[in-house]
Amino acid sequence: MDTVTRRRFLLASGVAGGAAIVSGAVGLGLNELLETAGRGRADGIDPGSGTLVFVTLYGGNDGLNTLVPYTDKAYYAARPGLACPADQVLKINDRLGLNGAMPGLKRLWDAKRLAVIPGVGYPKPDRSHFRSMDIWQTGSPSEVLTTGWVGRWLDAIEAPAETAVSFENVLPPLLAGQKRAGACVSVNGLKLPKGISSKMVASLGRAAGGESELQARAAQSYNDLLRVEGLVQQAAKGPAAAVLPSQPARPATATGGDSVLSAQLSQVAMCIEAGVPTSVYSVSLGGFDMHADELEAQQRLLGQLDTALGAFSDRMQRTDAGRNVVVVVYSEFGRRVRANASQGTDHGTAGPVFVFGPAVKGGLYAEHPSLTDLDDGDLKRTTDYRDVFGEVMRAVLKIEPERYISGHKFAEMNFIAYE
Amino acid sequence: MDVRAIAYVMGMTDRVALLLRRAGFGPTAGELDVARRDGAEATAARMTARAVRDHDSHDLSILDLGPDADSFLPDNPQPADRTTALKLRKQQSDLLLRWWLDRMVIAGDQVGEKLVFFWHGHWATALKKVSSPQMMLRQQRVFREAADFAAMSRAMVTDPALLYWLDGHLNSKDAPNENFARELMELFMLGIGNYSERDVKEAGRALTGYWVDFVHTRSVFNKDAHDGSKKTILGKTSGFSPAELINHFLSRRACPEFIAARLWFRFASSTTPPPPDVKARMVAAFPDPRAMLRALFLHEAFAATAGTMVKQPVEWFAGALRQLSVRPKDFSDSVFAHMYSGLNRMGQLPLQPPSVGGWPHGIAWLTPAAAQARLDVASKLAELTDVGVRTPDDLARVLAVDIWTNRTFAALKGVKDVRQMLTLGLCSPEYLVS
Repeated sequence: MDTVTRRRFLLASGVAGGAAIVSGAVGLGLNELLETAGRGRADGIDPGSGTLVFVTLYGGNDGLNTLVPYTDKAYYAARPGLACPADQVLKINDRLGLNGAMPGLKRLWDAKRLAVIPGVGYPKPDRSHFRSMDIWQTGSPSEVLTTGWVGRWLDAIEAPAETAVSFENVLPPLLAGQKRAGACVSVNGLKLPKGISSKMVASLGRAAGGESELQARAAQSYNDLLRVEGLVQQAAKGPAAAVLPSQPARPATATGGDSVLSAQLSQVAMCIEAGVPTSVYSVSLGGFDMHADELEAQQRLLGQLDTALGAFSDRMQRTDAGRNVVVVVYSEFGRRVRANASQGTDHGTAGPVFVFGPAVKGGLYAEHPSLTDLDDGDLKRTTDYRDVFGEVMRAVLKIEPERYISGHKFAEMNFIAYE
Repeated sequence: MDVRAIAYVMGMTDRVALLLRRAGFGPTAGELDVARRDGAEATAARMTARAVRDHDSHDLSILDLGPDADSFLPDNPQPADRTTALKLRKQQSDLLLRWWLDRMVIAGDQVGEKLVFFWHGHWATALKKVSSPQMMLRQQRVFREAADFAAMSRAMVTDPALLYWLDGHLNSKDAPNENFARELMELFMLGIGNYSERDVKEAGRALTGYWVDFVHTRSVFNKDAHDGSKKTILGKTSGFSPAELINHFLSRRACPEFIAARLWFRFASSTTPPPPDVKARMVAAFPDPRAMLRALFLHEAFAATAGTMVKQPVEWFAGALRQLSVRPKDFSDSVFAHMYSGLNRMGQLPLQPPSVGGWPHGIAWLTPAAAQARLDVASKLAELTDVGVRTPDDLARVLAVDIWTNRTFAALKGVKDVRQMLTLGLCSPEYLVS
């Protein structure tokens, strides 16, 4: 079940690697990011635009046990032992209900702030985790691209580093452009071994003529390290220090952006509250690849997701900046309709996308795919994922989707009530 | 531009040093001297020879971990018994890791040892889920003892650690799960794009029927749980037993090409694909991985890959230990714990790949967080070694670095303390990239 982690996605993808070399993707300190607070949107970004938060569920979340067709006999027939019992789902209408572990999203639904879009996918589904995630993040189902659609936007407006931010050690393909890239933010300070001064480290970080790209990148990593250190020290003395105590404790094993979702989202919340001009945040939760013994394990993970999202949403409603925030939750694919013999599910196709925020018009935005009219055992998509992205590009970022995702005729979805 | 910078721009890479850095974990100054005397061709041939005779050492024999920790549990185990078993399991796991790291350092057959690490990343299985160090060791014996990739694949399809890792032990005829089948095609034998979804489903059925016996460290085939009915996989229709499935994959053209590309990716360049001519020569040497590597190393395209590989943390670590004459076997418990944590923070703890896709590559290793962990480990290694260096040139010789850039040369010039000099050398961009 844990055979695919978020880390691997990021690292296995050719996208992040190539683009990051070109752009010299920055490792930004949290305090450095906080220092940009109050700057306002950069040139080229609509001053009236909002803030997008992408929550990526790595591993292929089982959509049918997340948004449960609890009255459908075919659902129970296909998954004896793995189906969510009807009396445990949190019903959103007379056919569909949320997994019982998701009371936070149910509250948002009741408050009419949750858009539920069932059956989101793309043509010719690919069941490789890695390829499918690239398809979502690059916005291109047919052609293999080396940039994400957010990255292409960063390129076009020559965006400063803080425009798009990931709270992971490695840049997700979504934020990688040719020339620009989002920043990976770390909150750890620097502790150097005895006898090694930051001056020595700085001397390794200088550029040297004629060295290979990779060698230059190695040198750059020492610069990034020191920059974070300098900023932490500065911030401890300066006004940003006031923000630090509310920083969530990072898990002790924070070895590589593996912090839990709630910690990542509190960092996002802190930045938004401080007025940091970031337009796009990327956070993620891994571990959804459950080929065996899925029911309880998925419920636990969905519970974590729901707690984190619920707390984030509550916090966002309390501030002005929070009112412009739209959160999009998606996974690279859903699972097969039929359970396998191991009480798990194999890789499938379309799955639900959830969008919420104060500006979101709550409701159901697509037909749920049929569980009997299948494509070789898999759900047929009822919504193209690019239409979901197109909507947030238009309504939140105020940009034309056609400029950043080509080869698709965008259908309007209207789940956001922006003027 | 002074002489040093010009040398750099001219790409004055030492071909022999490049070969030794890539073919093994990091050459000692003595090994480099011998190789220089023999020349690149003779060295490549010697290192990749089928029966490299390693020096005779007890430390190079296969480790005996003792029985699975659970086999010591009484019939009705109490919580305290479970805690004892868990402790023993952790001790055995640490023993395995230490033994393996030690082998990387002392093995004379560096190509063989580096291949073991390569196969570990290829058939990436993590102790975290498998939980049995005995099964991880058993898997490693396959990497060490299989005659070639064909024999290895046939052994891996019934490997208990791999089966358990990919839920193969739960895969039965009634409703097969396709986890193992998919990764077998996508990541282990054919590569993405060389099969259809139908093939994955059918291959999943061919792999049904195994369960894993932890106590005896083995997999067991249960004929009744195996689906022996007809399947069509990659154009061939048959009953397909697991062994027949593997043979079928081995016979596909995609298989040798995929393995050649993977070897190239880890031994030559993770940034550019293999030129067609190298690939063809490697494919011709399939399924013998040593012969495939020989074809790679002897090809002129290999020299052109200098500067395109970031050393993986384990390569960096084992290479540094070799050059500094420090053995994991001699680590105190606290030093071992320090190094364990250091490798973990650099992102590469052997036996614990992050996923079935194996280890990251390239700039993924060059994060600020890894830089910090590296400084820490390097300084500890510098503390442990007796190797002395006085000048930047000494240091370059000990670490088998071709040449320092002006940047690093300037950084090293003012340093008098041996420990500081070694630490900076081990962390220098020149040492991190090969």
